[in-house]
Amino acid sequence: MRYSAMRVFWEGLTGHAGWKPAWRNPEPKAEYDYIIIGGGHGLAAAHYLAKTFRKSRIAVLEKGWIGSGNIGRNTTIIRSNYLLDGNEPFYEFALKLWEGLEQDLNYNAMVSQRGVLNLCHSDAQRDAFRRRGNAMILNGADAELLDQRKVREMAPFLDFDNARFPIQGGLLQRRGGTVRHDAVAWGYARSADSHGVDILQNCEVTGMKIVNGEIRGVETNRGYIGAKKVAVAVAGNSSRVMAMAGLRLPIESHVLQAFVSEGLKPVIPGVITFGAGHFYISQSDKGGLVFGGDIDGYNSYAQRGNLPVVEDVLEGGMALMPMIGRARLLRMWGGLMDMSMDGSPVIDRTPIKGLYFNGGWCYGGFKATPASGYALAHLLATDTPHETATAFRLDRFQSGAMIDEKGAGAQPNLH
Amino acid sequence: MIINHPLLGPRDAQEFVYLGDARLIDRPDTMSETALDDFHAYLYLRDNPAGSHRELWYHEQGDRSWLVVTRDTTTHEILHVELASDYAKQRGRDR
Repeated sequence: MRYSAMRVFWEGLTGHAGWKPAWRNPEPKAEYDYIIIGGGHGLAAAHYLAKTFRKSRIAVLEKGWIGSGNIGRNTTIIRSNYLLDGNEPFYEFALKLWEGLEQDLNYNAMVSQRGVLNLCHSDAQRDAFRRRGNAMILNGADAELLDQRKVREMAPFLDFDNARFPIQGGLLQRRGGTVRHDAVAWGYARSADSHGVDILQNCEVTGMKIVNGEIRGVETNRGYIGAKKVAVAVAGNSSRVMAMAGLRLPIESHVLQAFVSEGLKPVIPGVITFGAGHFYISQSDKGGLVFGGDIDGYNSYAQRGNLPVVEDVLEGGMALMPMIGRARLLRMWGGLMDMSMDGSPVIDRTPIKGLYFNGGWCYGGFKATPASGYALAHLLATDTPHETATAFRLDRFQSGAMIDEKGAGAQPNLH
Repeated sequence: MIINHPLLGPRDAQEFVYLGDARLIDRPDTMSETALDDFHAYLYLRDNPAGSHRELWYHEQGDRSWLVVTRDTTTHEILHVELASDYAKQRGRDR
C-alpha cells in the first residue's frame, strides 16, 4: 500500500478500515541467499540489497521486535561533520541519503534539517573547527563558522560568559538535524518487506554453522536457517555474536545514557553540542528536550548507566544553559555502544568466507544508518566495499591504517 | 558502583579511572617470533564478554593503586576486588 495525503483523506472518509500491517510476519524458510542479523542497520541493508541491488531471498533476523534494540535508544541526530578522509565522504553520503529517504521509502521519517551547532571556547578550538569545516566542504558537505555574535542571535539563552568555557563561536552544519528514530526502523522494515525481504522477529541467533572456513547458516531459537551469505549488524552486541564464529573484535561494549525532559514550548533551535562540557541537546517535535553526554566509561551490557555520569551530564547542561534547571526530567535510559579501538566503524568481510561484519559504530550509529545499510548491501551484492566505506576495514589495526578522529589511541572509552 | 578496595574499604567508583580488560597485565614477549600478531591481539582485540569480566581500575582520586575488579557487565555487580600487584604475582610476574 502506498501512503499519501490522498490515502489519509480517503481512509478518513471510510472509517480507517483499509490500513494493513506495514510488514508481514513470515515463518523462517529453510534457506536464504542472504541473512542479515540485526533489525537496525540490517533493515537498511536489506532495503538497499533488495531495492537498489535487486537481490532476492533475503531475511533480516531480529532477536526482539522491530525497534526494540538500540535503534530505539539513540538521540536521533544526523550530521556529517567529520574531519578525516576515511570518514567524511561516508557520513556525507549518509546525509544525502537522509535527504531523499522519505521519498525512497514512501514513509514519513520526520527528517528535519534544523542544523547542528558545535560550540567552541578558545582560539585553538576555533582553528580546529575551521580546519574541520574546510575538510567537510572539500568533501561536498556544508559548514559555516560562526562568531560569537551569530551564535548569540541563534541561541541567546546560552551562558556566553561562562568563566571556564566562554562561548567564542561555533561550527554550524545547517543540513544536519534530527530524524524520528522509530520511523526510520519502521520505514525501512516496510520498504524491505514490500521488496520481498522476510523480517523474522523474535528470532535470536544462538550459533553459526561454519564448515571448512565457510559459513553455511545460523542456528536460531526458531530453528536452523541455511544461508549463502550472512551479515552481522548488531552493534552493541557485536562481540557476542561474532564470538559464535570464533572471532575476537577490536571492540568493547559500553553504555551511553540519554535523557528527555517534559514537553516544553520550542526553545532550542536545532542541535547544540557543548563538547568541552560533555553535553549536547536538541528538542523533539513533541517539545521534550533530548540530551546526553559521554559514555559511562566501563564495559557494560546493562542498558542502564550509573549516577555519576547523570550528574556530569546535568552539570554540563547547567553550565551551558542555566535555564535548563527549570525543566523536569521525564525519563532517562542507556543504550549499548560498540566502542571500537579508533572510534570508527567496521564494514568488511571477515576471515570466514561468506560472513560479513558491520559494527563498531561507537555512539554515531544512528546518523550512519542509510549509508551503513547501503555500504553493507554493496559489499554483500558485489563483494567489494562501497567507495565511501573502503577505509572501514576489520584488519586496519593490524595494518596500521586506523581512522582515529579524536587521536585517543586504542582506548575505547576515550573516543 | 561501590568498589570494595582491599586496603581502603568501600569507595565510590567515581574515584577511579577505568582502563579495561585485566588481560592487559599479560604483556606479550617482545622478542617472540609471533610478537607482531601477539601485540596486535594484546593492544586491539578484546573478549568483551556479557557477564563476569576481570578489569583494571586505577584509584586516581585515592591511593593511586591499580585494582583488578571482577564485575558482571550485565548487572554492574562487583563480584571480587584485589590489588593488581597481587593478581600479577599470582600469574607469575615478579611485580
